Amino acid sequence: MHLTVWTYEGPPHIGAMRIATAMTDVHYVLHAPQGDTYADLLFTMIERRGKRPPVTYTTFQARDLGGDTADLFQRAAHDAYERFKPAAMLVGASCTGELIQDDPAGLARALGLPIPVIPLELPSYQRKENWGAAETFYQLVRSLAGPHMPTPGTARPARKPGEPARCNILGATALGFRHRDDVRAVKELLARLGVEVNVVAPWQASAADIARLGQADFNVVLYPEIAGLAAQWLKRAFGQPTIATVPIGVGATRDFITEVARLAGVDATAVLADETSRLPWYSRSVDSTYLTAKRAFIFGDATHAIAAARIASEELGFKVVGLGTYSRERARDVREAATRLGLEALITDDYLEVEAACAELQPELVLGTQMERHIAKRLGIPCAVISAPVHVQDFPARYSPQMGFEGANVIFDTWVHPLMMGLEEHLLGMFRDDFEFNDGAGSSHLGHGAKPVIPGRPEAPNPEPTTGLNADGRPDDRAHPVVESGFDPDGPPRNDGELVDKPIVLSWAAEAELELKKIPFFVRGKARRNTEKFAGERGISPITVETLYDAKAHFGR
Amino acid sequence: MNAPLLATPVPASGCSAPPVLRERGQREVFCGLTGIMWLHRKIQDAFFLIVGSRTCAHLMQSAAGVMIFAEPRFATAIIEEKDLAGLADANAELDAVVERLLARRPEIRMLFLVGSCPSEVIKLDLSRAALRLGQRFAPQVRVLNYSGSGIETTFTQGEDACLTALVPTLPAQPVDAEASLLIVGVLADAVEDQFRRLLAAMGITRVAFLPARRAADMPAVGPQTRYLLVQPFLGETARALENRGATRLAAPFPLGAEGTAAWLRAAADAFGVADDVFEAAISAPRERAHKALQHSRATLRGRRIFFFPDSQLEIPIARFLARELEMELVEVGTPYLHKDHLAADLALLPAGVQLSEGQDVDRQLDRCLAAAPDITVCGLGLANPLEERGLTTKWAIELVFTPIQGFEQAGDLAELFARPLNRRALLEV
Repeated sequence: MHLTVWTYEGPPHIGAMRIATAMTDVHYVLHAPQGDTYADLLFTMIERRGKRPPVTYTTFQARDLGGDTADLFQRAAHDAYERFKPAAMLVGASCTGELIQDDPAGLARALGLPIPVIPLELPSYQRKENWGAAETFYQLVRSLAGPHMPTPGTARPARKPGEPARCNILGATALGFRHRDDVRAVKELLARLGVEVNVVAPWQASAADIARLGQADFNVVLYPEIAGLAAQWLKRAFGQPTIATVPIGVGATRDFITEVARLAGVDATAVLADETSRLPWYSRSVDSTYLTAKRAFIFGDATHAIAAARIASEELGFKVVGLGTYSRERARDVREAATRLGLEALITDDYLEVEAACAELQPELVLGTQMERHIAKRLGIPCAVISAPVHVQDFPARYSPQMGFEGANVIFDTWVHPLMMGLEEHLLGMFRDDFEFNDGAGSSHLGHGAKPVIPGRPEAPNPEPTTGLNADGRPDDRAHPVVESGFDPDGPPRNDGELVDKPIVLSWAAEAELELKKIPFFVRGKARRNTEKFAGERGISPITVETLYDAKAHFGR
Repeated sequence: MNAPLLATPVPASGCSAPPVLRERGQREVFCGLTGIMWLHRKIQDAFFLIVGSRTCAHLMQSAAGVMIFAEPRFATAIIEEKDLAGLADANAELDAVVERLLARRPEIRMLFLVGSCPSEVIKLDLSRAALRLGQRFAPQVRVLNYSGSGIETTFTQGEDACLTALVPTLPAQPVDAEASLLIVGVLADAVEDQFRRLLAAMGITRVAFLPARRAADMPAVGPQTRYLLVQPFLGETARALENRGATRLAAPFPLGAEGTAAWLRAAADAFGVADDVFEAAISAPRERAHKALQHSRATLRGRRIFFFPDSQLEIPIARFLARELEMELVEVGTPYLHKDHLAADLALLPAGVQLSEGQDVDRQLDRCLAAAPDITVCGLGLANPLEERGLTTKWAIELVFTPIQGFEQAGDLAELFARPLNRRALLEV
């Protein structure tokens, strides 16, 4: 048994729902109790879909268990076919359905429906949402495109001269982090290169579209967590190469363009020369000097975490101090990315571990999921969201991709805005006693909000009030915009003493304490720790003003 | 103090009993685990540990429509493959989880082990686990168990199961105790205080609430207990209280001015409060309630409303909307109809109203779309899809998460229904 409060991923059947819901004419019959219908609201409320997900739940009850739940499943599948007339049907069980072992695959086959019926085996007690999405997409592709597979060993026919190259864009699902906008961004890039899009899937694809995936020359995989498995199969079955680069960030977008151009046999020079991202110039402009070596902590799904690490280190000049993922299936890729940065990757799906790591590393910016946004809020660190799990705020009304050159623009703005602006930072350091312009008042461009107070930790790391805003600069009260409930969702502050490192017990001279307070709050925790480490190693006690500056000189910061 | 009288029997709905359409099909409702959302806030030193799957944990973080990340007083012990395959002793695993949890949260005084669909199907005996852990952590922590599984409970029935588990642990009243009033069901703290003041104004001062805000303050119960339900979904709790000798005071539920007055009247009658004292106590707040309802009446009068089944609050709310705001009831769906506890509310419904119990969601959607009501009360999974079809909706979950009982909240309750209609009228896009 594993104790958890929050999870980064849902169970695997949620992944299957994300595939079915993204598509236009596929229905999913799920052997599940009534409570599992909560999953509909993920799509209707968080993503604001105007349609129910195409899912029929059998909603068996305790009284059915002694009787015939198998019959219940067959009736549900039959009725769903009659009512919705889908072009293909997915059948499977949720965690409880799995335990009663009714064999949805066999039961559905016995119905003899006149459409492809694709059984899903999603082990709920071992696997999670992204795995479920990948497996579902793979099974769909294999079942629907499989019949059009050429005889093994047949060479791919060469494209006729003058005929444009065609590709599939794979991996975008319902309830995905900016998937809607990434598809548009990538389509625009491909159009500029003169590459035609054969099929986008599963996003807004039909079963017939899946059947003709083999007609493309190659595959673009936007999210390897979801479409990697299907792309591997397509490569084997149809000889379609896969574009491995995910175009998040300027460098990755350039690499992506080069790779596509090579596969499509087109000249990318013009597209590369006409780069539309402002990120490179904004990052070079002198105003951005203050971004240099900002300590960034990165956690998310593997695709976004790896991309963020590259952007942070190569395109914004941050220092990545922590990199991790909850995608165990892609742990190796993240470990490699971390090694390149001289780090050890954090691979976990326990958000308490992530919080402990974040508190320990004392970053100046957290790039994470909605979970890390809350962790950062508690620790008083600016944060930007880079990855699922999704929140209603991750479906902005405006076009806001992560991919392509426009995606790089979006990322620059999203990551930089929560940070303190350059000269402001210096002024705060110079004039600590100004009654209205001090670090307790928050950075001026973010307005003045309520100040979160962390009880019981008057001088723990970063204890000073922060801006009282979300990492994205909006007031906190909009963090929970959907339910106007009668209770306070944030509730009383938690007792998290064990999560945050307690300062080493060393005594500080009163003068040194005062001097420490003159250091801006966003680096004060670091200064305290460094000084205490320095003093502890040398057996200095109490810590004096001299010790503080000795440590500063020693650590160079 | 006035001498207590025995409750008068509820008028049976008799000849006015409305027809009930009973359906069994796909149900689009939450399971009982969702009740933890408000229960864990109400009992401030209780912790709810769900023994379930990743789905349960995911439900809890998604059920309110958004993720809420403050560390709550609930968590999930996720059953893993090794627990199912017998590679790990599920009980030993559970003990370890509880130990870790209680070490982390030393302020916890009451721990509920909450059963789920998977724990029920694999027949994990949580009552034995609760006994074992209760002995181990006594006297600091009392350990109780109940099932919030979706195969046994629907949404608000989780609260019923939780309170039912509490009842046997309540202290016994002394044999010579004077009659006292117990108010049963989770209420917003402010509403609780309002009721306490109103009852005190009538001279009823021996009043307690179940659940109390803290584990140590749970009320005593015994043959001198007269209890009033504030929620229509507490059938099992009522039965458990009666096993302890308590007597139910039959009344409509305290929604709207009329419902609240009748509910308080039941207490007044049981405790022999004189009519003039009763009137003096309630006349001002009842007048305020009437006044507050005026704001929404113009919007709601004559509008047609359709209820999908959700919280079991549908019937008393429909009664309120029909009688105090003159709305027209198209269909009133409820997941479960407790005829006895709802007798007074059913008797007040307009003649010929269509009730439905249980659900076949696709067929009910067909009926709803065909009827084209002015406003539809439904769960979060259905609301946006119906809005997209041009219908105006009210999320049912808000009726459980908002203080709606009592005189001072009558206007707020009406406003919850008026707001979506007013909003639709406002928007030009």
